[in-house]
Order: sequence, then C-alpha cells, then structure tokens
Amino acid sequence: MTALLVAVRKDFLLQWRGRAQIIAIFAFGAATLLLFSFAIGPDSVALRQHAAGFLWLGLLLASTLSLAESFEREMEEQALEGLLLLPASARALYYGKAIANCAQLAAIGAALVPVMVVLYDAGTIRLLSLLGVIVLGTAGLSAPGTLYAAMTAQTRARQTLLPLLLFPLVVPVLLAAVKATSLLILGDPMGQLRPWVSLLVAFAVVQWALGGLLFGRVVED
Amino acid sequence: MIAVAAEGLCRRYGRRWALTDVSFEVPEGALVMVTGRNGSGKSTLLRVLATAIRADLGTARILGHDLRADRDEVREKTALLGHRTHLYEPLTALENLALVARFLGREGRRSALLERLAEVGLSDRADDPVQTFSAGMRQRLALARVLQQEARVMLLDEPYGHLDAPGFLLVDEVLRRLRAGGATVLMATHLLQRGRALCDRSLVLDGGRLVFAGATAEMPAPAGADGAGFAEGA
Repeated sequence: MTALLVAVRKDFLLQWRGRAQIIAIFAFGAATLLLFSFAIGPDSVALRQHAAGFLWLGLLLASTLSLAESFEREMEEQALEGLLLLPASARALYYGKAIANCAQLAAIGAALVPVMVVLYDAGTIRLLSLLGVIVLGTAGLSAPGTLYAAMTAQTRARQTLLPLLLFPLVVPVLLAAVKATSLLILGDPMGQLRPWVSLLVAFAVVQWALGGLLFGRVVED
Repeated sequence: MIAVAAEGLCRRYGRRWALTDVSFEVPEGALVMVTGRNGSGKSTLLRVLATAIRADLGTARILGHDLRADRDEVREKTALLGHRTHLYEPLTALENLALVARFLGREGRRSALLERLAEVGLSDRADDPVQTFSAGMRQRLALARVLQQEARVMLLDEPYGHLDAPGFLLVDEVLRRLRAGGATVLMATHLLQRGRALCDRSLVLDGGRLVFAGATAEMPAPAGADGAGFAEGA
C-alpha cells in the first residue's frame, strides 16, 4: 500500500511537471471535436445526435498521446528499470501509473464537455452522471492503455503500435461510453443507462485486474 | 563468504552472444575491476548480475541468493549504476533521492538527503530539475542514488564516465569508503591505471568470454594499439 501511494505521488508529480503537455493534449481533443463538427455540417439535430460519439472519439485519440507520453519519462533514462531494481513492486508501479493516467484522461474528458456543449449544442442537466460515465470510461481506457503503453514504449514504432493494439481492445468501452453519454444528452425514457454503465464497470474491473497481473511480465526482461 | 558466484553465464542479443560461459567467484568485501574492449560484455555482465536482464544460460548467486529463484532478494542486496542514470529528468535532485528512499521504506528526510547530495558535491543544486544538469552532474546524482540504496553489492558501470578531475577523485573516495564499509564492488572501467591502484581483483572479458580472473597484480597487460588492447587510457 505504501509503495502504491509513493508510485501515485510520483506519477502525479511527473504529470504536474509536464502540465504544458496536458494542455496540448486537451487542445488536440478540442481540435478533433471542432473538425468532427465540420464533417457533419450545420445540421444542429445531427450534431446533437452524434455529440457523444465525437466526444469519446476525441478522448480516445487524445488518450493515445497522453498514454504514450506517460512512459516517455520512464524510458528516457530507464527510470522505471531503476525503480524495479530497488526492488519496487511492479504492481504498485502499474497501478500508480494507471491511476494517474485515469485522472488525467478524466480531467481532459471533463474539460472537453463544455467544448462539446458549445460546438454540438449537446448539454445535459445530469452533469454528475456524465462525469461518472467519463470517469468509468477513462478507467476502461487507461487500464489497458497503460499496459500497452509500457509494452510499446520499448519499441521504435510506438506511436503507431499503441493505437493499433489499444483501439480494438477498447471497442466495448467506446460502445458503452458513447451509448451512456448519448442517453444522458438525448434523454433516457426507457431506462437503458444502467446496463451500459454496468458494462463500463465490468470492463474496467477486468482490465485493471489483468493489468496488475501482466505489467511485471511486460516491463521485465 | 562468497559475495558473487557466477556459473556458466550466457546472454545473447538476437544471434550475437554477448556473454559466453562466464564463471567466477568474488569474495565479500572485494573491490573488483571488470575490464575489456568495447563490446566485450562488461555492461551485460553487470546488468545480468543486477537482474536488469536475464541470463539465457547459467546462473549466479549473490550473497547466496540465486538470480533466477530469489530475484527480489538479489535486488535488495545489489545496486546498479548503469550507462543510463535511472533518474527522472523533470524531478529535482532531491525529489529523485526522496523517491528512492520512500520506495525503500525509509523516511527520506530533507536533511539526510541533502547530506547525501553533499557527498557528491550537489547540495547547492538540490532543488533544480535534473533536466538542467550537465552530464557530469547527472553522473554524480546517479552515484548518490546508488549510494542511497546502501546495498552490499555495488555494480558500477563506468562510474568515472562524464566526470571532471574532482569527480574522478570523488569516485576514488567513494570506492575506498565502500570497501572500508565492507561492501563488495564490481566496477566496469577502461581506466586501467586507476583500476590497478584501487582494485585488488580483476575480471577481463574479451568477446563475451572471461579471459582472466584473479589478482589485479597478475592481470596481463593489454595488447596495445593494434586493436586487440582493451584499455582506452589511464
């Protein structure tokens, strides 16, 4: 537990020192939302209908930058190896990094909501529920994303490999998060929100457990 | 007691064998120079002993702990100063040392960490991010990081790298202190005169094979400037 707290603190500190990069990733996500709105055109009904999908696609694309960046600092002077040799628990290092990645992605997702409201006229009064869906969705992205980012950080083609590995795996998260967000924006007369949220929770639980088990094998020689 | 006992260590990268059947013993408290030409396997040997990479064949015991079976125990007893510093560039010198202290379950008080930094001549840069440091300063901080571990077996790969003249004297002093404290040190270096003056035992590698293991006084002279010699200078 102590090792986990030390790892979380380390990763939040690294994120804080690299906060300019977080702003750049948010700007990338916002630019993506803007471009998607151009693709739909000035049809306000269509924009509102597709808002949830575009929000999550923007967040998914931004996540590949964010996740890859999170391992740059670990690899440039083999700092991660240095911690493993102390020895620090690989599991604690994974959960520290995944928690920090999840928090960063959730913050970017929350910051993209006003952009979505302005560009797509897609607001909701159930803001807390929307934030909950964003947290669950980013948890589902960051758990496998952290694992794959660690795996690809040691390869030359990491910028290409990470989305190639991650995107197929997170299709269930994308589907459930888009549906849940859409129901919050467009209304949920049939009460369909709960099953989609349950899918998000189940996916996150499985991926976080798997990540903790596999991370040691990924980062050790 | 034997601190390091290697038996038939082999390691390959792709098709090339970087270490082939390396066997030796190092008694506890010894200061050992590991030398040889570029690419002879010095760094690979130290990284295998530190469990940073696995041996493909053979094994070694560090203070009685097997590299494969008791990896965590080996890691508790060894500290590796590698070619890469293991430092987080955006963090300050003090934060890097505090991180190591906390992962080792120690308090990491500022005064104690400042003392550690003073040992390597960096106390006045304690709160500066590592990314503002020169290569020599990074090497000094990496050395402080390794000393912070207080391990019984120190694996130092080119500890004099990037250092200025006072830095060389600092490493000499650190090595003497480690020896006086009873630590076992394996130091990979090309600086033969320094190694001869400081180390009582030597290992010489050539093409991944161990060609000499014994007292430094009995170590053969390098073959010279025809490309077969392993020393880059004194």
